[in-house]
Amino acid sequence: MAAIAGHAGIGEAHEPYSGIWSWISTVDHKKIGIMYGVAAFCFFLLGGVEALLVRIQLASPNESFLSPDQYNAIFTMHGTTMIFLVVMPLGVAFMNLLLPLMIGARDVAFPRLNAFSFWVFLLGGIFLNISFFTGGNIFNGHLGAPDTGWYGYAPLTESAFSRGDGVDYWMLGIQILGIASLAGGFNFIVTILNMRAPGMSLFRMPVFVWMSLVTSFLLIFAMPVLSVALFQLTFDRLFNANFFNVSAGGQPLLWQHMFWIFGHPEVYILILPAMGIVSEVLPTFSRKPLFGYPFVVFSGIAIGFMSWGVWAHHMFTTGLGAAANSAFGISTILISVPTGVKIFNWLATMWGGKLQMKTPLYFAIGFIAMFTIGGLTGVTHSAVPSDYQQNDTYYIVAHFHQVLFGGALFGIFAGIYYWFPKFTGKMLNDTLGKWNFWVMLIGFNLTFQPMMVLGIMGMPRRIQTYPDGMGWDFWNALATIGAFIIATSVLIFIWNVIHSLRNGEVAGADPWDARTLEWSIPSPPPEHNFDVIPVVHSLDDWWHKKYVEDARGNPVRVPAGAAVATGNGHEGGHEHHAIHMPNPSFFPLVAAIGFPIVAFGLIYSYAIIPIGVIVFVTGAFGWALEPASGD
Amino acid sequence: MEYAGPTHELQPMETSTGVDNRKLLMWLFLASDCLFFGALISTYLLYRDRSVVGPFPKDLYDIPFTSVSSFILLMSSVSMVLALAAIQRGDLRRMRVWLVCTAMLGILFLSGQAYEFTEFYNKGLSLHQNLFGSTFFVLTGFHGAHVTVGVILLLSIWVRSMQGKVTQNDTLSVELMGLYWHFVDIVWIIIFTFVYLLTGK
Repeated sequence: MAAIAGHAGIGEAHEPYSGIWSWISTVDHKKIGIMYGVAAFCFFLLGGVEALLVRIQLASPNESFLSPDQYNAIFTMHGTTMIFLVVMPLGVAFMNLLLPLMIGARDVAFPRLNAFSFWVFLLGGIFLNISFFTGGNIFNGHLGAPDTGWYGYAPLTESAFSRGDGVDYWMLGIQILGIASLAGGFNFIVTILNMRAPGMSLFRMPVFVWMSLVTSFLLIFAMPVLSVALFQLTFDRLFNANFFNVSAGGQPLLWQHMFWIFGHPEVYILILPAMGIVSEVLPTFSRKPLFGYPFVVFSGIAIGFMSWGVWAHHMFTTGLGAAANSAFGISTILISVPTGVKIFNWLATMWGGKLQMKTPLYFAIGFIAMFTIGGLTGVTHSAVPSDYQQNDTYYIVAHFHQVLFGGALFGIFAGIYYWFPKFTGKMLNDTLGKWNFWVMLIGFNLTFQPMMVLGIMGMPRRIQTYPDGMGWDFWNALATIGAFIIATSVLIFIWNVIHSLRNGEVAGADPWDARTLEWSIPSPPPEHNFDVIPVVHSLDDWWHKKYVEDARGNPVRVPAGAAVATGNGHEGGHEHHAIHMPNPSFFPLVAAIGFPIVAFGLIYSYAIIPIGVIVFVTGAFGWALEPASGD
Repeated sequence: MEYAGPTHELQPMETSTGVDNRKLLMWLFLASDCLFFGALISTYLLYRDRSVVGPFPKDLYDIPFTSVSSFILLMSSVSMVLALAAIQRGDLRRMRVWLVCTAMLGILFLSGQAYEFTEFYNKGLSLHQNLFGSTFFVLTGFHGAHVTVGVILLLSIWVRSMQGKVTQNDTLSVELMGLYWHFVDIVWIIIFTFVYLLTGK
């Protein structure tokens, strides 16, 4: 039975399933990456609509578009969705698509674990959003969704204060999503450390791979802490434990510590992949190597370590005391140093380069500019007395959107425009892309710069409405207009994708004349990625196979054909028979389905729990016992 | 077809680090699990002596009893080592004996825990009673869950071996089993020390 798929050689159809089943059963990192990206983008639209609802409610004083209850549910789901269901999985989508290609591997280390990770993520995200329907009739505006903020501060989340099922969905949904993140983190670290092509030493790896490695380590160390905090909340809510029960001596502050010990590394989990993307885009479009590669890499590693020592800057106003506040204030100032190093390296990469003004470069430059503003506003929070003024105001809201939208999402859009041709074979339209960029940049600044002003004027976060005459009307109206302009830019993007998939220019293997290995193979890449595993001789190996330097250091193209012959050789035909790709499998999906069933059981009836356990165990044992590859 | 060997067929070459993918995965999982138990143990220590009502640790702990069950768990690590040594020698029969022995010692430990939980519950300690109850049951309960998973895995390897599906080439499976089992043991040493022996006031 081990020979189901036979000996799949190059060009042979390997997958026994077609159409939708080939996606459901896939263990191919590229398909999983695309599914991650598409699913996360759908959640992005959902989170975006939630943002628009919030902005409509705040557009003018004494507005009653959303009731206070609805408002709380909507802003909570907006934050939770954008963090856990959009920015994290978009980063993971890029890691899936790119890591094996960039290090010269045929897949990730554990292809089925990878599929499992995606299905758990998707089902967890759907589970979380089902909460909307649990508050009675949603069409009458009864939203059952959690309404305690994305940070779920105790004791508000305790059953005494949050009576509906919303918080149950929240804590169990994020618990499920954490499993997906952990599985992904383990898989990517093993892939990066173990699956590199010959010659691909650690310091020849592209910066994106490095940043993914740091991100993965942050994931596997941060998620367990959140997991424990969520378990404690679960025991409190479902089994009457006392972890955050003040009357029994419990300390709600413990939640904040646990949450932010996870939460601050999480911030870097969100931004490091974007930094990696930008570090790939800038050299390609500047036609220069990345300036100070080791500095960028070590800065990323430094950020990874330091991110564990700054969590209490989220808690300056909770009364930790002067010593703790000073220590965390100083560590927060320090962590801006490696970030600053990176920004200067990116600027120096562009300096003197022959800038190719294409859409990916626009977004990358937008990233640097917007992220720098976000970073600088972050430095103002690190001064404790200053933070006392800013805490719980719109200044904080402006700051973290500046880094997470202006930073992470601009970086991700740069990545989408850059790698879309690689995975679809079609170029995204550059003119539409630039419209996309400018509309988004203008909308973004119109939305979030007014929030800075509002914050400094003292407008608190999380308020459903505000009275007339506070001087906040103009800035709020402006922010709402900006939000709709951002929505327009997203529509332009969607149109661009649809249009380009249909009528886009055919990309070819290497449309940007880029530097890393994924561009040495056809677009879209074949299932097995590399016909022959490449041998790597230097950093930016693909570039050096295409170009040599003349006496003055200018790149000179190697005569046509030579690059192909060395980089993507079709000789060595005997090796073709050695390519064995992993078998498709349904078991990761089966195992993943067990989790939401158990979660429903915990909320509604313990009798359902064994069903979920049986489903999971069936999936897990089927997975362990089936042959991994046709051999 | 073989026991859970998902990766090495995919690779035309040795891994870049020389460490098997599955072994690296296990080490990473254990590193991650350190943070999991770290958070639980920290919570226990932070909440020690903060319970508003009894029963308190000193009212309940039966140190001689728990010492014996701890000793049983430690001995299971010895039999785990012997199981690995046996398969490395190619002695599959002795490997099966030691695997079952390890699983039985694990089950004995779990029975001790079940007895202890019941005793404590009968003397008034519950998740809801006080902070001690919440932190104690959740911490030791998650440890017990880890031991349970370990026992299931041990018995799975044993069953597969009885079916003749575990051969001398599968040393790694037993080695990974051992890594997990020893880790769970070490966590218990920490729990026994900080939770049972250093009871505070």
